[in-house]
Amino acid sequence: MKSLAELAAIREKMKDRVVLREGQGDIRVVVGMATCGIAAGARPVLSAFVQGVADEGLSDKVTVTQTGCIGICQYEPVVEVFEAGKEKVTYVKMTADKAKEVIEKHLKGGSPVAEYTIGQNQ
Amino acid sequence: MKELSLNILDIAKNSVKAGATLTTIEIIETDETLTLRFSDNGCGMTEEFLKNVTDPFCTTRTTRAVGLGIPLLKLEAEQTGGSFNITSRHESEYPDSHGTVTEATFYKNHIDMTPLGDVISSVVTLIQGDPETDFLFIHNRPSGQVRLDTRELREVLGDEVPLDLPDVLAWIRGNLEEQYGN
Repeated sequence: MKSLAELAAIREKMKDRVVLREGQGDIRVVVGMATCGIAAGARPVLSAFVQGVADEGLSDKVTVTQTGCIGICQYEPVVEVFEAGKEKVTYVKMTADKAKEVIEKHLKGGSPVAEYTIGQNQ
Repeated sequence: MKELSLNILDIAKNSVKAGATLTTIEIIETDETLTLRFSDNGCGMTEEFLKNVTDPFCTTRTTRAVGLGIPLLKLEAEQTGGSFNITSRHESEYPDSHGTVTEATFYKNHIDMTPLGDVISSVVTLIQGDPETDFLFIHNRPSGQVRLDTRELREVLGDEVPLDLPDVLAWIRGNLEEQYGN
């Protein structure tokens, strides 16, 4: 059973590290999670980013957050990537598989996946 | 929506947006019916807003003047022969007891019943999205109850470890999976 004791163990393990984490996060991944995004399949996209960022050990530099309607509902699921000093990258019609590719090539590798961006999907 | 669990995610976010510090999500199942109930202590709605809230052209969002969350849930319930109800107390009139209760009842055996789907993912996603607020999730099934209260988790985790930490989210998912007997 996933007991509260196990949760307490997570606390012991993490409490020092969390302090370090704060104030960092050069890259912000924002997933549109309004009615339009959710209906179009944003939940598995968000899960893929949350899981992928943790699995790849990127938690120190990447934060994944949710937002409301971005205003381009026909392109949902929409994901925006903000990075200090760089132009915002907007990915459209995302899937969990595309998210994995973005984590690998963009968040880890530093180059946006052009074919999934809004510029190439209009 | 393909799954009611997606409606759950969508509607519960209204409570968070209304400033609720605690949002209770209940799924109450009998052999024939399924009721979704969302109760929060958010700012509530004025009577005038409440009258129009099932209208798709009534929305709090600013990017466009259409809000489909509530109308969709109502439609999905009514297409099974079920019902939809929403009551609210606005903070201007009820400073000490404000909040909203949204309830939708479905007939599970109706051909137009939307499947419940992946409730666990919706609960985890809700907590990931708003780790500062509390959620009480209760699923009463004929075979037993599933329950998760973030206030209890917060007590164990203390102030320094947030609920949206990957390890904590994985624990929440694992805990719910075990309760569901997956």
